[in-house]
Parts: sequence; structure tokens; C-alpha cells
Amino acid sequence: MVNITIDGIKIQVPENITVLEAAKNVGIDIPTLCHLKDVNEIGDCRICLVEVEGARGFVTSCMQKVEEGMVIRTNTDKVIEARRNVLKLILSAHERKCLSCIRHGNCELQDLALKFGVTDVEFEGEISTKIVDDTSPSIVRNTAKCVLCRRCISTCKNVQKVGAIDCVNRGFESTISTAEHKSLQDVNCTFCGQCIQNCPTAALHEKENIDEVEAKLKDENTIVLVQTAPAVRVALGEEFDMPIGKNVTGKMVTALKRLGFDKVFDTNTGADFTIMEEATEFIDRVVNNKTLPMMTSCCPAWIRFIEMEYPEYLDCLSSCKSPHEMFGAILKSYYAQKEGIDPKNICVVSVMPCVAKKYERQKDEMINDDMYNVDIVITTRELAKMIRQANIDFTSLQDSNFDDPMGGASGAAAIFGTTGGVMEAALRTAQDLLTGEDLQEINFEEVRGKKGIKRATVKVNGKDIKVAVASGLGNARAIMEEIKSGKADYDFIEIMACPGGCVMGGGQPIKPAKLRRTVDVRKLRANALYSIDEKEVIRKSHQNPVLQQIYKEYLGKPNGEKAHELLHTHYSQKEKVKMSN
Amino acid sequence: MKTILVCHGTGCTSSKSTNIIENFKNIIQNRNIENVEVVQTGCFGLCAKGPVVIIRPENIFYAKVKPEDCEEIIQKHIIEDQLVERLLYRDANGEISKRLDEIDFYKKQKRIALKNCGSIDPEKIDDYIAVDGYKALEKVLKEMTKDEVIEEITKSGLRGRGGAGFPTGKKWLFAKQAEGEQKYVVCNADEGDPGAFMDRSILEGDPHCVIEAMMIAGYVIGANKGYIYVRAEYPIAVHRFQIAIDQARERGILGKNIFGTDFEFDVEIRLGAGAFVCGEETALLESIEGRRGQPRIKPPFPANKGLWQCPTLINNVETYANIPKIILNGSDWYSKIGTEGSKGTKVFALGGNVKNIGLVEVPMGTTLREIVYDIGGGIPNGREFKAAQTGGPSGGCIPAQYLDTPIDYESLKQIGSMMGSGGLIVMDDSKCMVNLAKFYLGFTVSESCGKCNPCRIGTKRMYEILEKLTNGEGTLEDIDKLEKLATTVANSSICGLGQSAPNPVISTLKYFREEFIEHAVEKKCRAHECKALAKIQITPEKCKGCGLCQKSCPVNAIKGEGREVRYINEEECIKCGTCLNKCPFKAIG
Amino acid sequence: MCQCGNCKKDQYMEELLNKFKPEKDNLIQILNSVQEHYGYISEKSQKEISEYLNISMAEIYGVITFYSRFTLKPKGKYNIAICLGTACFVKGSEKIMDRAKERLKIMPGETTKDGIFSLEETRCIGACGLAPVFTVNDEVHGNATVSQLDKVIDEILNKEREEKV
Repeated sequence: MVNITIDGIKIQVPENITVLEAAKNVGIDIPTLCHLKDVNEIGDCRICLVEVEGARGFVTSCMQKVEEGMVIRTNTDKVIEARRNVLKLILSAHERKCLSCIRHGNCELQDLALKFGVTDVEFEGEISTKIVDDTSPSIVRNTAKCVLCRRCISTCKNVQKVGAIDCVNRGFESTISTAEHKSLQDVNCTFCGQCIQNCPTAALHEKENIDEVEAKLKDENTIVLVQTAPAVRVALGEEFDMPIGKNVTGKMVTALKRLGFDKVFDTNTGADFTIMEEATEFIDRVVNNKTLPMMTSCCPAWIRFIEMEYPEYLDCLSSCKSPHEMFGAILKSYYAQKEGIDPKNICVVSVMPCVAKKYERQKDEMINDDMYNVDIVITTRELAKMIRQANIDFTSLQDSNFDDPMGGASGAAAIFGTTGGVMEAALRTAQDLLTGEDLQEINFEEVRGKKGIKRATVKVNGKDIKVAVASGLGNARAIMEEIKSGKADYDFIEIMACPGGCVMGGGQPIKPAKLRRTVDVRKLRANALYSIDEKEVIRKSHQNPVLQQIYKEYLGKPNGEKAHELLHTHYSQKEKVKMSN
Repeated sequence: MKTILVCHGTGCTSSKSTNIIENFKNIIQNRNIENVEVVQTGCFGLCAKGPVVIIRPENIFYAKVKPEDCEEIIQKHIIEDQLVERLLYRDANGEISKRLDEIDFYKKQKRIALKNCGSIDPEKIDDYIAVDGYKALEKVLKEMTKDEVIEEITKSGLRGRGGAGFPTGKKWLFAKQAEGEQKYVVCNADEGDPGAFMDRSILEGDPHCVIEAMMIAGYVIGANKGYIYVRAEYPIAVHRFQIAIDQARERGILGKNIFGTDFEFDVEIRLGAGAFVCGEETALLESIEGRRGQPRIKPPFPANKGLWQCPTLINNVETYANIPKIILNGSDWYSKIGTEGSKGTKVFALGGNVKNIGLVEVPMGTTLREIVYDIGGGIPNGREFKAAQTGGPSGGCIPAQYLDTPIDYESLKQIGSMMGSGGLIVMDDSKCMVNLAKFYLGFTVSESCGKCNPCRIGTKRMYEILEKLTNGEGTLEDIDKLEKLATTVANSSICGLGQSAPNPVISTLKYFREEFIEHAVEKKCRAHECKALAKIQITPEKCKGCGLCQKSCPVNAIKGEGREVRYINEEECIKCGTCLNKCPFKAIG
Repeated sequence: MCQCGNCKKDQYMEELLNKFKPEKDNLIQILNSVQEHYGYISEKSQKEISEYLNISMAEIYGVITFYSRFTLKPKGKYNIAICLGTACFVKGSEKIMDRAKERLKIMPGETTKDGIFSLEETRCIGACGLAPVFTVNDEVHGNATVSQLDKVIDEILNKEREEKV
């Protein structure tokens, strides 16, 4: 412990914490902009400056560690003036089209301007270099809104270990961009969208598809079916100031119905199909000595990553499509047939916690009978926006249930939304399928929790199965390197591109860096999913009666011919960076 | 035995000194002349008179020698023992100085860092060894403890010559005390200050002294590896330094078991690639590690976490060049030179509107007047001294009233400038100080790394305001904004580049505020440098109607016929200034 | 460099890369060599370096665009570099730059359409004694004037015209 004085308050704080953290201990909230705990601690923005007695010039409070006897002043006129002028400079280079901005109301720069009471920017001049890249299906970049905090770079390069973007050029011309300013779709971007989650402004945001959805909803000839991913229901409420991790499934369904969707289905049902297929595939691989480890394939960003970075391991990927794609395929075949609808008149909309799903849905591999399995993907944020624009008072809505006959899902499917969930769900089914029993030991605690990489050996039907669960592409890379070096002999690996899994997906509500310093958003959202699972009567995918019926009536056996046609896919090597010539 | 020394520094090489060396060698060989040796040396300093040839032992100084002059020099000087009068050095008044030591330019200088520059062949290690080279290293390894070396350097009062003037002994002590298995010694040779070239001259003229000093540092702090970070724009310096490393390795000076001790050390060159900010020590480290040269936040300081997070000692070239001399001659000898707070000498690259452009090394405390007038020979073309800029884009301008300020770290700081790395640019009264401030800010804007907001955006905003002022679009309010921005950029930037970037503006505003106000209010540039403000007019009383101006005007903006008094149509005039020099009656201005 | 597009690596790149260990800190050294050899750093070279050093293309691009010595496009046959260091500035190098822009109708950093000239602003080349200076490729022109620049440009143009004939 060290003794320090902050703004006249004497306190003891642990060694090795920063001045910023120490100030928090005494209730002093030093403003920050570039700081993102554990991810981006670089001291670039100069908003968190403070005075320290004896130091030459201002001190960067997010970087400076406390020292014995340190006397810190966070609110002198000089400090406030400096911060305010720095903020004015940032604003002077920013494309200030705030009213029409996608982040209006949830912008860390706007919050600072408000906090500092900046009413006049004063130093007008040229704004930052403007490069707009809106050609990818998932992510839009607008560098004129960039404040060069570099949170996106740290995320992409250090956390995800992808490095699709970096700081290019120098001085005032510095900007965050790709190699040769190519579109994100022509470089090694996986569309995980973590950059969006960490962008304080709207320099990076999702490609919105709200207009397409609204057009379809207005079109009388189209039957618009909507499905919602597991992670959406535990985050959507946040957009309406409800507590983080609040399960709002019922209100969400009501809202979707009010928006005019013809049927509201649950992607969890699709997830049950995925488990059925994937567990069967896994057993086949184990029993028949086929390629192992098997790797999960639900996450499109992970698929794009491995297709670009480790193409030699593509045969390790499960051939299963992701849950919403499987579900889309079933809706346009089985459901259409059953309801007597021409599938060409069906529009499947997926509400996803993810922006990579926008990319996934337009892949050639996701077509059956000349139709895309899913037609439009919108994110949790876009859904919230639609709800707001439709003047729906979300918090006061009554609950509704998903529509029959496709609405039922198991508890296993719910936990797909968090890291380790797919693995756990698959193990529940695999052990039952192998033993032919209805085993009651179904909580696989070893694959739960926040660790980026979880390794375990689980007993399935008396056999040791070595499993690994990784979330975050940086961790995925670590696992792949382990395999590449021959050090690992896993049987089954679950990988999710976003750290924490889909609950922390690139399409989820954006939480300011300041809040994330003290609140574990991932944990709150994941716990909500686990409690959905706990409350379900059916907690194993293969016991879902909806699923059983469809296999019986339509698909035949899991991994069978029909199932393969509709529910499975294939992979191919992708070029990392598309050359100009 | 006669020695023909030919300067082979970058300046003289630019004016064909390579051909001069070749010619001398060919003539000597072809004519079979004995007892003459041609030596290519580093910079003599008096670049304005280059290419320079000096003949020893009599120390005769020949200036502006051309390759075709070699024959005559050999014939007359070497064979006939007569002076080639027409090539002798002449000062501004036409007075001839025959010998190097008679020339005013050299009289007030004291060469310590530059001691061997211009007198030895930098590509021959034996030349260096012959002038006590590597003796300091031997002394340190065999006779001194590490603490004794640090004490000696501390007592000498040597301070960093790179700009900030941090006490060198202290820096060494921190690096020695830092814990770490692997440590590094780095030499900062990324001399980016435009108009400064002393580090380059040392590397070109005496590379071994830098290697020797880095080795001493390595021994003291416990490092076995050194890096020198040199600008790629200095090909000759890089080439010679590599030769020096190779020769030192061959001799077993670099390598293992140095001087029979268990000390080992090696040096490697790393090239910069054109980024001024890499002169900042942490940016330099980033660049060595292969990244964009963006400075790190300090602390931690490089002494504790430097190259690859290992304890690292970084000094600049000139600082190192002083070390062997301090070790050999003792700290007492060194600390007697200079002023109370600033010991020793400082090398300046004297340039701009001064007669003797070149490299000068003077004891700390020498006044600006002595440098500009006694050594520099004063201002050419009968113009007046207006200001001098030290410290380049990080420094400030010094107006005439401070000509008698002794040049040392503290005095320069007091008058709003800084020592910097040693650029000293003299400006005459034809220079507009607003435009000068704009020039420096333009430099900083293009060299700012872009990492922190105050520097990235702040310098740009300052530049924009200066542009407004020089375009006649500025207001008094802009001047206030400029000052406010200057404070913010200086206070809030991460590194030295940003913190000092406003200095040229702050100092010109302090000493030449009236010029800023003139630009803003009267839309006038007294130096006629700001084109947009230039109003070219013909004074009717002086015009004789000769029409010469009219013929010279490229856009036919000058009106009038026959013997009429001419006038300029302002709307058509592009202010190119062609007519100004054409008028025989000085009627245009 | 081979333009056929079929060769995986050209010989120079292969030899160059083999000289360096595949460690990140060699990036700038390698880029310097490539710049010197080809006069610019092509996308193809960037890709080869990226694969060899295992550094993302974005980061390599970021490094290239940080350092002013590196260029992404080939320079003209004659690269006119005008020193805008302080010593040269004070002695009027701005005027020479203005003239060059006017004559060549390009901005610094650009190359004329016919590929004959490129124009460059250079930092101090250390020939302050000769200020103002400009260089044409490696040849230094000291104590430069606007008319001297004109002369140099005219000479090159005449030479090029003759060669064409």
C-alpha cells in the first residue's frame, strides 16, 4: 500500500494501480477518452491529464502508477483548461454532424463535450481525413468521425490478433485504415465487429439494414419471418435503460409482433438443430477415426478467420451451418411446405448480436434452391432502433411467446450465446446419444466462465474427451498455434470470435469504456442465459419435441442426406488481402 | 613529407571533392611524386568555402577548390613550394589568410567533439589510434571502476547535447542502477533539426570516437550491445560508420575479451527513414523495434524500460564524442571550459544569412554576437541582423537585443529559446517573422507523429492561423487564439516535439508582435515576404517612363505609353516581383 | 522487376529477405533496402515482407506511410528534390519550389504523367553551406536560383526529346 493525496484527500491505495484508478477510490471521476481497461492503455488522448506535485508538466493519469507520497490535483484551473482545450481541438477535427449520427446519444465524445460544457468549439479548421468505406456487408468506416483513440487498433491487433486496421500516415493526416485503404471486405477483417464495440464515436459502425426490413414489412406479398439469437434477449433491454443482462424475451417478442413481422421465431430452435447435427458429426468423427479435433462452426467471424489464416485446418471445422442459417433453411423448406407458402415469398430476418452474420448470410454457401437461407440480418442495436422509431414503449410491453410451431427450444440452445455454451450443449447431447440414456449430470462447469481459453477433459460414455473452448480470435490463434506445433491433441474445440462469446458480440448494445471499467457486462449477460437454461424443463437439444418432429417428418436422420443438403456447408481458403492488380 | 587533406564531408562532396581527391591521387601517381600523401577527411567546418583543401605541415588553407585546380596546386605548392594565391582563403573584406589558424572563423573555436574532424582519415582506424584513439576505453577497462567513470563524467558537468541538456553522468548512473540481465547502449544519430549537421560531421569525420564512447558506456552500465540509429539521408556517414565498425571488429576492439578483459561489446547500425520525431528517444526506440516512430509515455524512462523493455542508455552523437576526451584529460580539464551550469563546448551549424556558413565549436558561454560576427563574419549584402534561431523547430528566435547573451542551456531557455541540437540560423531584415513562424509550424505539422491530440490537431490549427495571417485574412482575435493554442500544445503534448513545437511562435510573438499585428490589421508585411500582402506600386515621382518594367511583366499588368509614368493595375498583377529588379530608378516597391 | 505476375518472388526480394532473420525489428531495414532497390515499395513487396515477418499488411502500410523516405509509387526518371531545411528556406528555397511546381505542374510527392520528373520536398541534406540546394537524382545543385532550375529542367527536356527522335 502507498499513501497518496488526491485533491487534498489523503488515502492509502494499493501499489501498482494508476492515478486514474486511485482517484476512483475516492470518488473522483477523471474523464478519459482513449482509455479502455486492459485493452488500450496508451495515454494518447490527453483528456485524463492531472497535476502531480514535483512532476514536469501534466501527468497522464491513466498511465501513471501511484507512488508513495504522491500529491495529485485533478481539478485545478490549469488542468481543467488544458483538458477543455484538448477536447475543443478534438472536436475541431471531428465531423460534427451529431444530429444525424448513428451514435447520437451514445457517443463518448458527445458525453465529454456535455460534461465539459463545451458550447463553442473555437478552434475551427480542417477536419480529419475523410475515408468512407461502406462496401463491406458488415462494417462501415468513416474516418472523419475518428478521434484516433486507437481502441479499435488495440482490439483488432492485440486482442483479436487480426490486424486488419492500423494507424496510417503521419501527423494531422494520421488515420485508422487498412492496407492501401482497401475496403474491409478486401482485407483480413473477419467482421467480428469488436472494433465497433470499442469505438467511442461513429467512426466504425454496423452496416444498417433497417430500410430493407421495413420495405419487406410493408410489402403485402411477402411473409416476413423473424428469428432472434439467444444473446439478443439478454441485452436488448439495455437499449431501453433496463439493467444489463435483463432477460427481455417476452417483451422482445411482443415488440417484434408490433413491428409487423408475420411470425416471430427463436433461433434457439435452430441451435438445437445445430447441436443435433454437430453432436452426431462429432460422434461419427470419434467412432470412425475421422479428422479430429472437430471445431465448431457457428461463428462466421471465426470461419472467415480460419479460412484466411489456417486454411490447412478447414477439414477440422464441423460442416454444420450456424443456427440461424439452419433455421432459415428449414423455414424456407419444411415450414413453407407445411404452411403451403411459396418459399420465394418468404423473407427471413435474423436479429443477431453480431455484424459478421450480415456477411455470412450473403455467402454463396448459404443458398438452397436458389434462395438465401436468411435474407436480412439486423443487429440487437438495429432492432432497438426500429422499436424506438415505431414509438413502442418497450419497457411497458406485456410478454408474448414465440410463435408455434417453430417456437420451442431447449435450455442448451440458450447458452449458445455465451462462450462454452455450444460445447456444453453438444456434450449434453453427445453423452446421451452415445450411452442411449438420459443422463442427469449436464452442467459442464469447466467450460463456463470468463477465461479466454478453457481446457478440460470430460468423460463421455467412459471415454476421455479433450476439449478446449476459446473466445476471442487472439485466443483462437493461440489454440491454432498449439495445434500447429503439435503440442495439442484436442478432440473438440469451441471457438467464438468475440471475447466472451455472442453476448459480447459486435452487434450488441455498446457500453461506454467508463462503465466497463467497473461492470462486468459479459458476466451479467451470460448469467442471464444460464438462468434461462436452468429454468427450462428441456435442457438437451435432442429432447426438443419440435426438432424430433421435423426429423421424423422431413429431415430423416441427423447427418443424413436431407440434413446435409439443408443444414451443412463447406469451406474454402480465402485470400487475406486482395491485391490491387 | 606533405599531406594534402581534402574535405570529404557531405557539403564538399556535393561540390565535387571526390573528383579532387581522385585528381590529386592520379597526378601524384602519374608524375611519380614522392613524400606526398592525400587524405580524405571529415568536415573542416567552413562549408561555405568548400571544397576545402589543407596542406600540412604548413597548414595552408585553400578554399573553393575545383577538380581542375589540382594540377596547379601540385605543381606550384608541392613541387615549387609556392602558394597558389588565387585559391587562398579570403575573408569578406578580401583579406587573405594563408593558414588555417589565421582565419577568424577558427580563432574563437575550441574543438573537442570535432577534434579529429578534418584532420584524420575517418576510414582508417590507424589514423584514429594514432591520435590516442581507444586509449580512453583501455584506461576505463584496465584502470577504472564503473563508478569512477560515472563520477568522472558527472564531475565534468557534461550535459546531453541532443537538446534537453540532461546531465549525462546522471543518465549513465540510472542506466547502471537499473535492474535487468540485458541492457543496451543506443546512439541517437537521427539528426533531424533542419539546418543542423554536426552529428553527421562527427560520424563522417571521426566515427571511431563514437564507437569508443558507446563501448565505455556499455562497460559502465553493463550492456554488451549497442545500436546507432542514423538517418538514411546520411549515406556517407552510414558508410563510414560501417567501415569503422568493421575495422574495429577486425582489430578485436569490438567483440569479445576486449583489451584482454572479459568485457564484450558489439555495435549495429539501424537506419531511420525520414521522421523527425525519431530524434525523440522513445520514438527512436520504437523505430529500432520496427514500428512507427511514435513516442512512449514517460515514465518509465528508457534507463529502466527502453529497447525491448530492457534498460537502455541513449545519448546523442555529440555527447558521446566528448566522452573519450573527458576520460583521457580528466573532468577538471573539461569542467574548466564553459559556464557555471553548462560545461564544455557546443557545436553549432551556423547557417542562413551569415557570411561564413559552416560548423563551429565554441566554449559554452560564447555570446551570440561572437558567433555571428567574429566567427560567422556578420551579415552579407549589407543587411542588418534581425534574429537568430537556435534549436530549430523546437527552439525560439533571438532578437538583436540579446546578441550578447552567453550561449548556454539556462540563458537560452530564459530568453525563450533552447540549445537544441545545435542549429543556429541567422536571419537578416529581409525575413518576415510571421512567415518564419509559419515555416517552422509547417515543419512540425508535417513531422508530428499524430499520436496525441494536442500536437496532431493543435499544431495544424496554429499553422492554419499563421496561414491566414500571411494571406492577409487574419484578425487580432486569431493572434489570441494562436497564443492559447501554443499554451495547450506545449502543456499537453506527450513528447518533446509537441511540447516545444509552439516555441517558434511564442518567441516571435514575444519579440516581433508588431509584425503579427501589422499582418492582421494593416494587412502589411514589412519584409515583403508574404506574397498575398505584397502590394507592388510604382512611385510616380521616381518613374522616368522608360518602360523597362512594362516589357518584363509577364501578364501585362503595367500600363502607360511612351514616356508616361507607368502604373500597375492591381487586379491583373500577380505579384511575381519580376519588375522590381528591372527598374533602373528603384521606383517600384 | 519481373512483370509477368507468375513468379512468386523475384530474386532480389528472396535474397534480401534471406539476409534478415524473420524478426519484427528488421521491418524498417528491409523496407529501406526495397525502397533503395526499386525506388518504391510495391504492394507485392509489402505482401512478401508481411508473410516473411508475420506482420499484418495494415501495419506494414502504417509503417511505410509514417516514414517520408518510403514511397508507394515509382518515382520519375529524374527526381527533383528541393531542400526545405531552414538554412535553405532562409535563403529562398521556397521560391525554387514554387517554380518547380509551376514548371512541372505537379505537387511534391507526385510524378509527371510521362514519368520523366518527380518532385520532392526534402529535409535538410546537410549541404547548408551551399544553400539553397536542390538535387536531381543524386546530383547536388548548390547556391541554386530559379533560373538554374529552369536550365536544368530544359536540359533534361531537350535530352529526352533527342532520345525520342
